[in-house]
Amino acid sequence: MIPELGSAAAIVALALALWGAVAAATGARTGRPALVLSAQHAALGVFVLVTACFALLTYAFLIFDFSVRYVAINTNLGTPFYYRITGVWGALEGSIILWTWMLALYTLIVILRHRESAHELYPWVLTVMLSVMAFFLLVITVAAPPFARLTPVPADGRGLNPLLEDTGMITHPVALYLGFTGVTVPFAFALAALITGRVGDAWITLTRRWTIIAWYFLSLGLLIGGWWSYHVLGWGGYWAWDPVENAAFMPWLTATAFLHSVMVQERRRMLKLWNLWLVILTFGLTLFGTFLTRSGVIASVHAFTQGSIGVFFLSFLALVLLTALALLAWRWDALSAQGELDSVVSRESAFLLNNVLLIAAAFTVFFGTVFPLLSEAVRGVKVSVGAPFFNQVNVPLFLALIFLMGVGPLIAWRRASPDNLRRSFLWPVAVGVAAAALFSALGIRSTLAVLALALTVFVAATIAVDFSRATRARLRMGERLLPAMGGLLRRHNRRYGGFVVHLGILIVTLGVTGSQAWSVQTETTLRRGEAAELAGYRVRFDGLTATEESNHFKVAGAFTVSNGRVLSVLRPAKKFYPQEQSPIAGVDYRLGFGEDVYLVLGDFARDGSEATVKLQVNRLVSWIWIGGAVLTLGALLAILPDRKKPA
Amino acid sequence: MKGKFVAGGAVIAAALAYMIYAGVTQSAVYFVTPSELRAAPVVGKAYRLGGLVQPGSLRWEPRSLDLSFALSDGKATVPVRHKGTPPDLFGESRGAVVEGSWTADGYFKASLILAKHSEEYKAPHDGGTTLGKDLIRTLQGEGRQ
Repeated sequence: MIPELGSAAAIVALALALWGAVAAATGARTGRPALVLSAQHAALGVFVLVTACFALLTYAFLIFDFSVRYVAINTNLGTPFYYRITGVWGALEGSIILWTWMLALYTLIVILRHRESAHELYPWVLTVMLSVMAFFLLVITVAAPPFARLTPVPADGRGLNPLLEDTGMITHPVALYLGFTGVTVPFAFALAALITGRVGDAWITLTRRWTIIAWYFLSLGLLIGGWWSYHVLGWGGYWAWDPVENAAFMPWLTATAFLHSVMVQERRRMLKLWNLWLVILTFGLTLFGTFLTRSGVIASVHAFTQGSIGVFFLSFLALVLLTALALLAWRWDALSAQGELDSVVSRESAFLLNNVLLIAAAFTVFFGTVFPLLSEAVRGVKVSVGAPFFNQVNVPLFLALIFLMGVGPLIAWRRASPDNLRRSFLWPVAVGVAAAALFSALGIRSTLAVLALALTVFVAATIAVDFSRATRARLRMGERLLPAMGGLLRRHNRRYGGFVVHLGILIVTLGVTGSQAWSVQTETTLRRGEAAELAGYRVRFDGLTATEESNHFKVAGAFTVSNGRVLSVLRPAKKFYPQEQSPIAGVDYRLGFGEDVYLVLGDFARDGSEATVKLQVNRLVSWIWIGGAVLTLGALLAILPDRKKPA
Repeated sequence: MKGKFVAGGAVIAAALAYMIYAGVTQSAVYFVTPSELRAAPVVGKAYRLGGLVQPGSLRWEPRSLDLSFALSDGKATVPVRHKGTPPDLFGESRGAVVEGSWTADGYFKASLILAKHSEEYKAPHDGGTTLGKDLIRTLQGEGRQ
């Protein structure tokens, strides 16, 4: 009964979304506010119904309703309460529901915030958002029905993929989907701007904060994904250029480009067409990412997401792109720039270059990800390019982007005078060059590492120059130091939020550089009492223990880590789940600011006398997570409402 | 002014195209089956070889970390050697993909092993449970001595 209620709710929601999309459009064209109001009610109804769907599916998980196929596959009687709730979005069908629910939530907030302020755009924004929602509801009702029954009803379910039994896997999809669905809002405003012909700056001003919110969640999702990969997957890394990771990274890159290029439009009335195109591209990439990861077109270690809904997503993507292109062509005349580039040495051109490089990076990732498909289709041979390709092409692009991160915020608009350049960059360049010399003198041999670190120092110095200059200006006005600094952050929250984000990126860069350049590892088999040595650490194998946990058996090794004195006992494990074909690794580590000691249990002798262990000393990885925290705080600062306007 | 930007854009596009071209030629990995590899092996070329781990071929020496096995596609088999612990999903009669190159000594030297995860729905089996119980018994019994 409950599952049928869920299916029915999805069908009614689909009908309401379709009605709302048509009603809002008709209302806008014929000037009948009653129809727009009706669409608004439909959107509210959709929110209530999708919430009900989500609640009913969660309920089915909580009561172990194994007559529902999705529940039977993703939970079993041993699944702890906590993971029965998160298991709801542990696989395809449930994550589409979560996605749709978030989209409905965003639509609700858009209605609450913008029904007065968005004027002519508003009905069309509703039309676009409800159309996107209708697509996802169609997927729920036809392609991936979460409430489909299973007969005969099994006595117990299969259980959640054990890799997903982790807090990182609860928050990672939530953050990522909030980012993906968040992109729909600026996309809807962009299309509304094209449809109404109001392609000026209104849609950009209205969606500025929305874009930062979507970017914030995308960043958070990527970071948590990296953290999960590092502490659960047990291969000792945080980023593998896996298609699933790339799928989330591409929209992040284009959204980052968009965040920067809107500033040029706001300030100089340029790049109108480019900005519309960027936001359409970003939205398209979120759909493409879902197609890539959910359709199973590309073999990947994240194979648990495979499904048969590729055709749906590809068709919708084609529809979106064609509609957008047609609208762009239709409004071509209105899209010419009012401002012009005056000089190559200006903030406009720094931002333009930033955009070109970000798009180049996104294209590289796209190309590398679909390369196996292309080569198979064109030449009949399946050829892939792995991490070396992505690193080789992207590292120069990212280094150039870091350099621009120092230049862009300080260089003058229009045309930078020699005086502006000297005042802003003399010190940072000097400090950067000195840093490069110092790092080389300290014996860092990798040119790439020296370059990355020196650029990081240069950019940090530009931020310091700007902040101290602005603080001094406030001090001269008679403010005291701390209130002056706090006031700057609060009053110019967008600018300084941006600087904090940049600082976060620099810290992440430090972590990535350190871990790539200086991490070491070894693999060895130890008898009990025997020890291995790596990078000044001594790791002694003390024996194995086996325990029975609530839903699996765990075999853990005890390894004493010391460097002269005993630091800790690490217990990397293998977990045997009844529903899995093979054990799951449980890594153990000792995290530190300078380096992490990271152990993975490989093979072991049944009598506990021997164990093979992979031992890694990973340098500076913690700074990736610290930088990530700084970055997200900066984004939050930038989202805060402006204080300049009276409330 | 516009000319400068167009020229700049062209330079960037050309540089990117070159980097991508160089990247692809240097890091392309060819997907082959055992029979395709057997038909035309090129020493030193990067391959990704997929097949079934032949029953009875698996040798694993924990002390030296030497792993050897044969990958088969039913028509041909390829001997593979690797240095390191086999991944968790790896085993005889299971699918595996290895990345590495063909050597002049007549074996495939794998630098990376990717075990294939089977995706079909399966009723819970007690293989893992038996193994787990077995281990608990052995280790506890051993601990009392």
